[in-house]
Amino acid sequence: MQKITREQLLAKASELLSNGTVSCVLGWGLGEFDYDVTPTIFKSVEELENGFVFNDFCGANFSKYLVNKTAKLEGKILVFLKPCDTYSFNQLLTEHRFDREKVYAVGIPCEGMADIAKVKAISGDGIAAIGSNGDKLTVTTLYDDEAIVIDTNEVLAERCINCKSKKHVAYDELMGEEGDVTQSNRFDEVARLEAMTPDERFAFWQNELSRCIRCNACRDACPACTCEKCVFDNPSSGVENKSPANSFEEKLFHIIRAYHVAGRCTDCGECSRVCPQNIPLHLLNRKFIKDMNEFYGEYQAGAEVGSRAPLVSYTTEDLEPGEVFNRGENNA
Amino acid sequence: MQVNEYKPLIVAFCCNWCSYAGADLAGNNRLAYPADVKIIRVPCSCRVNPMFILRAFQRGADGVIICGCHPGDCHYTSGNYFTRRRMAALFSMLDFLGIEKERTRVEWVSAAEGAKFAATMNDFVQTVTALGENKRLEDLRCKK
Amino acid sequence: MRKCSLEKINLLFAEIAKNAELYLPTQQTDGSAAYKKWEEGSVWSNALNTVRSPKDFFFPQTENLMKFKTEGKSIEVVDTRNALDDFVIFGVRACDVKSFDVLDRVFLTEPVDSFYALRRSHGVIISLACQRPSETCFCKTFGIDPAAPAGDISAWKTETEIFFEANTQKGKELLEKLSALTEECDDTVVSEQKEKINKFMDKLPLKNVTTDGFGGGKTKELFDLPEWDELSQACLGCGTCTFVCPTCQCYDIKDFNTGNSVIRFRCWDSCMYSDFTKMAHGNNRLSQKERFRQRFMHKLVYYPENNDGMFSCVGCGRCLAKCPISMNIVKVMKKIGGK
Repeated sequence: MQKITREQLLAKASELLSNGTVSCVLGWGLGEFDYDVTPTIFKSVEELENGFVFNDFCGANFSKYLVNKTAKLEGKILVFLKPCDTYSFNQLLTEHRFDREKVYAVGIPCEGMADIAKVKAISGDGIAAIGSNGDKLTVTTLYDDEAIVIDTNEVLAERCINCKSKKHVAYDELMGEEGDVTQSNRFDEVARLEAMTPDERFAFWQNELSRCIRCNACRDACPACTCEKCVFDNPSSGVENKSPANSFEEKLFHIIRAYHVAGRCTDCGECSRVCPQNIPLHLLNRKFIKDMNEFYGEYQAGAEVGSRAPLVSYTTEDLEPGEVFNRGENNA
Repeated sequence: MQVNEYKPLIVAFCCNWCSYAGADLAGNNRLAYPADVKIIRVPCSCRVNPMFILRAFQRGADGVIICGCHPGDCHYTSGNYFTRRRMAALFSMLDFLGIEKERTRVEWVSAAEGAKFAATMNDFVQTVTALGENKRLEDLRCKK
Repeated sequence: MRKCSLEKINLLFAEIAKNAELYLPTQQTDGSAAYKKWEEGSVWSNALNTVRSPKDFFFPQTENLMKFKTEGKSIEVVDTRNALDDFVIFGVRACDVKSFDVLDRVFLTEPVDSFYALRRSHGVIISLACQRPSETCFCKTFGIDPAAPAGDISAWKTETEIFFEANTQKGKELLEKLSALTEECDDTVVSEQKEKINKFMDKLPLKNVTTDGFGGGKTKELFDLPEWDELSQACLGCGTCTFVCPTCQCYDIKDFNTGNSVIRFRCWDSCMYSDFTKMAHGNNRLSQKERFRQRFMHKLVYYPENNDGMFSCVGCGRCLAKCPISMNIVKVMKKIGGK
């Protein structure tokens, strides 16, 4: 259950739209079902009143939309940013991907978003309505007479279970209370895999990556992937491929994609959220983050505008590439 | 009947200014290293894109080694420092995916170290031979 | 009509697998279902449908067409087709069965796609009625009855038993081979289930989605509607909808240089991609809006125009469930339908 309500956000958006601060609002639009939420641009108070929604399924990270939506925009766009979105916001600013002057950012608190797949695993298919009451979700299905009550914590999206920060690192205005950077256990799963034998790790990733259908959703939703032309879309790159012909191409795509965002990935978790095959892609990104924290000191991409990522800087005392493997054995 | 002995295919990316000259020196001094090592000359070790390494494996390499100037000696001042960070991250990731860590290596070889070049290559070929064929990063379409 | 106790289902699967490769929806590690080859110990998934559609069986995501080998000045062209065994796909839902009709009209009309035709001739489809349709289902919109799925054999599952009815010669032959494990029965139970399913269908939230306003000849009316801007504004341009879609049939033909030969292969393509149908002169759809419009115009206008009014959507709901930003054909139909 979110601490901030649709009504509060709606009032804020209407106010800013009416007084001319912004010319449009990037918000969540009502869909066919209660969990069916589409990022939408609202241009009038009337549109907002009819279509604006805020609930436990508003997971989409809006930061990347600013790249496109501000390009030809007249006036300012209002964007609502959850704490994790603000990191992507800063990272994109660091890379000069959008015009800060054209954005009015309102930070909003987030109690973690629900994963509809996890809800359905409990309630079954055929959802008629999902209501929210305190920290419970009440799910009505087409097939059961009584509503099913689910604890929100049971259906939190993976990235929200391991939320790294409730603190907003960028905003023009903040609604609700400011939170803190949280002590998350987000690297535990990476550490669990590191502790496996190489054979086990290989089997794990073979199983996960073999499901990839190369829809590119992970790339297209990723706020760090804003290249005008991706190497995997470029016919002259030699690796352009619209679907993976074999397991090599699956690995090539995911290793290189994770590598291309290494040091810039804020760990927002969009890649795993959008994956239609539920591949835990965030683990690849977290591996890079964990490694670079350990090798070169703690670094959080997007924590501040203009910071220098580990892979574009160096010290003369860095460890040698051959030494990276010995760490685990020494730690064990 | 003749038994075909397994000979690995090794791709060595050598920086133009140090390691390639080191390989040259090894040759001039008649220091032997296996002919299975295919050298690709690059302007600087930091020219090596991670994609090059994966593509080498795709096209049938069993091991990939990157040789550059010693840290501090880069012809372009800092290229090899970047190489060091990039390859540390990449190798760790390959290991994370369960790909044998012995198949990739970075060595610093100066223009004066012909002997080190030969020794490094001998050692690397031996290591990769012991591992056998690259199965985990192979592309079956590229096999003959 | 014949029936079999669910206790004996694995024996039945084993019997089918004796003569043909058997594929059925099995549970994956993430809980979703995918068609996998049956082997001893395989568990039949309870999920309503698989994430990937069964079009893979006839129109695989990548498929080698031929191989070129050069030696000196001569080029050898190698046929890369392997001999194909008969196979059985078990548990295909009514919508997906209908999707094969859509694909057939593309691949089996002149010039016939021999790769597709070969696979199609070797496949036997055992369909399964949907006991519990999802909120994302809207197959009724396209005249599909989930209680009476087509296919070579139709099946209905209850708590304890599974019922079979052969619809084609292929289906009859297969069912005959299974006669030791099945017994003749009347259709009382199945009729009851059909009735129950139809009752559920009336409760579905998308039951009122209609194709009014779409169909052949509507290009001029719909092409320049201002609504396309609004509908496509959130589209990320990923290919999820097209790759999970059972009826999307666009592909690209590409060459892959293996270092010692060139393999010509085809792979699924998506109209959502920036280089879709890119030609020598460049690209004919430059914005995401145009690409987005292409997908829905194709399904709802161009395809019916060329195929006697048949739409190339079967209402399986995969794109509703999987789109990262929840934009889908239902929203398009509701927004611009009836204009």
